[in-house]
Amino acid sequence: MSNLNDTVINALGRLKEAALPEWQALKEKTVILVGAATCGRAAGALPVMQTIKDELARQSIDAPVVEVGCMGSCYAEPIVVVLKPGQPGLVYGYVTEGIASRLVLDYVAGDDPCVEFALAALETHEMIPTFADYPRGQIEQKVVLEHCGFIDPENINHYLAAGGYAGLAHALTLPPEELIQEIKASGLRGRGGAGFSTGMKWETCRKQAEQTRYVICNADEGDPGAFMDRNILESNPHLVLEGLCIAACAVGAQKGYFYVRAEYPLAVDRLKKAVAQARDAGLLGSGILDSSFSFDVEIFQGSGAFVCGEETALLASLEGEPGLPRHRPPFPAVAGLWGKPTVINNVKTLSYVPYIMKKGARWFRETGTPDNPGTAIFALAGKVVSTGLAEVPMSTTLRDVIFEVGSGVAEGKNFKAVQIGGPSGGCLPESVLDTAINFDSLNKAGAIMGSGGMVILDEDDCMVEIARFFLDFTQKESCGKCTFCRLGTKHMLDILERITKGKGRPEDLELLTELAEDIKAGSLCNLGKTAPNPILSTLRYFRDEYEAHIHEKRCPALMCKDLIAFYILPEKCERSCDVCVGSCPVEAIYPNEDRIKVIKQDKCVKCNSCLVACPPQYKAIVKLSPPEMVAEKEKVAK
Amino acid sequence: MSEMVRLTIDGKPIESPAGEKILWAALQNDIYIPHLCALSGEESPFAACRLCFVEIEGYPRPVTACTETVAEGMAVRTRSEKLDRLVRTGFEMIMSNHRIECKTCPANRRCALQKIAKERKWPLKPKRLPALERDLPVDESAPGIIYDPNKCVLCGLCVRVCRRKGLGDLGFAHRGFNRMITTFGDSPLGAGGCLNCGACADACPVGALAARGVWGQA
Repeated sequence: MSNLNDTVINALGRLKEAALPEWQALKEKTVILVGAATCGRAAGALPVMQTIKDELARQSIDAPVVEVGCMGSCYAEPIVVVLKPGQPGLVYGYVTEGIASRLVLDYVAGDDPCVEFALAALETHEMIPTFADYPRGQIEQKVVLEHCGFIDPENINHYLAAGGYAGLAHALTLPPEELIQEIKASGLRGRGGAGFSTGMKWETCRKQAEQTRYVICNADEGDPGAFMDRNILESNPHLVLEGLCIAACAVGAQKGYFYVRAEYPLAVDRLKKAVAQARDAGLLGSGILDSSFSFDVEIFQGSGAFVCGEETALLASLEGEPGLPRHRPPFPAVAGLWGKPTVINNVKTLSYVPYIMKKGARWFRETGTPDNPGTAIFALAGKVVSTGLAEVPMSTTLRDVIFEVGSGVAEGKNFKAVQIGGPSGGCLPESVLDTAINFDSLNKAGAIMGSGGMVILDEDDCMVEIARFFLDFTQKESCGKCTFCRLGTKHMLDILERITKGKGRPEDLELLTELAEDIKAGSLCNLGKTAPNPILSTLRYFRDEYEAHIHEKRCPALMCKDLIAFYILPEKCERSCDVCVGSCPVEAIYPNEDRIKVIKQDKCVKCNSCLVACPPQYKAIVKLSPPEMVAEKEKVAK
Repeated sequence: MSEMVRLTIDGKPIESPAGEKILWAALQNDIYIPHLCALSGEESPFAACRLCFVEIEGYPRPVTACTETVAEGMAVRTRSEKLDRLVRTGFEMIMSNHRIECKTCPANRRCALQKIAKERKWPLKPKRLPALERDLPVDESAPGIIYDPNKCVLCGLCVRVCRRKGLGDLGFAHRGFNRMITTFGDSPLGAGGCLNCGACADACPVGALAARGVWGQA
């Protein structure tokens, strides 16, 4: 055993030794990191990076510019980090091309740290707070996201220098049973949504008599508002790859697959490069790190069907069949790809594995709670100030994640609900915000942990419309195989559409509840079984909104078009201003004899243009619900 | 002869070959369980119609009889308030999406939907759910077979028997509510590789696919 130990450790040592000079060389010069994951690119990171390179060339400064992934603060993209030797690293947010050239001129070439553009310092700095000085930094605890945004995702040497593949090396020296025992002891639960014990899954697969086995990384992230997996793959693909290799080592798989959705081209591209580099370094292929273990992976691009995130549908898709779920059992760990034992793990689950290997199960359990150890990674989206990724210990409260890490609701609006877990999840109101987040507590509250998408909703969001949106999504993404999901969600969607159009009937709520319960019990796969959750949770917490729609034909959030009307308050309308008249695409607004503007209700298409156009000093245009209120107001005005 | 196991279904003791699914064990012993999509002898049950739910003692929730294997000493129930509600909802959903015109339907009197309604004493037309009509064109292009997708319950029996024949002319297309059984590229049955063998019409439990003579037309 000790021989193998030495061989593997030596092999990794050689790789690391070869990687270190490049890493060390970086520390001797000023290095500029540009966040260029999809979030950064969408915000304009590529032109910013070009500006920096051009400006450096103009100033004849030799400073490497490194394209990195995302550190989680997507709201402040493009993010640029300047690492000057002997100085604390400085992080700049909302960088434009103009700011980028100033950073080069004033800070890289000069001595002015440009405090006005700085987001945070990486170490203590006399003028700029560090991340830990913000409430967010106090709550966040980065494990998986540790290196995201700070290493080049396309350079294996960066990952190796940061301690990468040490987990795999350790795993190779352990007997597989011991390895699985360690993962079991860590209490790691699958981060794809269901929260099943990862160690148990591996053990089941390992115990099968069949020797041909597979491991698959499920990167078919499809929940609206979720982007954790994409960010991790774009920012640190080697971490996921290492996790998959360790899984293969544990269960004795010879081949692995990444099932990535084709809509993530950058993730696919970076993953491809990572796999090629790992192969060149002897971290994939035959005799990994000079051990006797051989394993290789293939990247498979899914065509974007939501249901293919369901493991049996994913397997069918990989086999070249239509992506339809099948009955479980047998579970994939017993009979999966091509009927062989197969372990399917989510991107995040696999990302924890190298750390558990390196630092041990006990270390992993130091965070979180006994039943839910470790951290949780959320994607904050919707009406929240700081959109982006948040990695917090399990059992952090929803309130802390939304109001401290996410800095609260955008534009000073009031919080209404948080949608967790995507189309399978639920909407939780203010009253349960103090719930500690974990798999079990969220289930109890009526949502699910899901893959970690968190969409914040404010007072302007109608909960019936939100439920309708998610049902529309599941109905369109339902594979249509089984009765309850295909027809049940269609009936529920029709009822919700009816309610949002003001045609709801008093008996609809009972019917919705009955259908929802039966669909949960009757559907073939988890897509159908969880599809009613958005309805059940909104009915549980926001029943009054449904009732207002049905009984009063009123939308309290003023969102459902059929239940609102636009109205110009005559006392606020400015005679000399005609902005709304020009903004209306259907000529529904005209000035009356007093030059006060009036909306012709029968012409209005409720496009919201006038409300946006009306100058903020007047704020003369309002939405009213039910629409009949306009007639009342007009009567009073006369 | 394979080994037999003993179990009870609705209190009635029965014997069944080991490895058999509960659905077939029940049907062979004259115990009716509603079903549409099950095909005897399939290694991986289709499990799509979701009508054959049963309760098994010791199981936390209802399971489909077509996927659950019989076991020694197992106690199965095919009726209970909970089961009837679940199965009835499934049946109502199917009926809401099935064009009901029994009088002129070639499957009249041998229709699996009529049988379920009769056995369970449920009306054919669901009261609480509106009809979900799709109004799809009827395919009369093949000389021997007529296909009315408006009656189809997507049990997929036709797809599987067609494959067993080695043809595979029929398959599923589209997602969600729009899912339907069709041919490659939606070409009419008469234009494709259909041999008019009639296997699909024989398999169809509801009269969506029917042999032409049965339809009462030339």
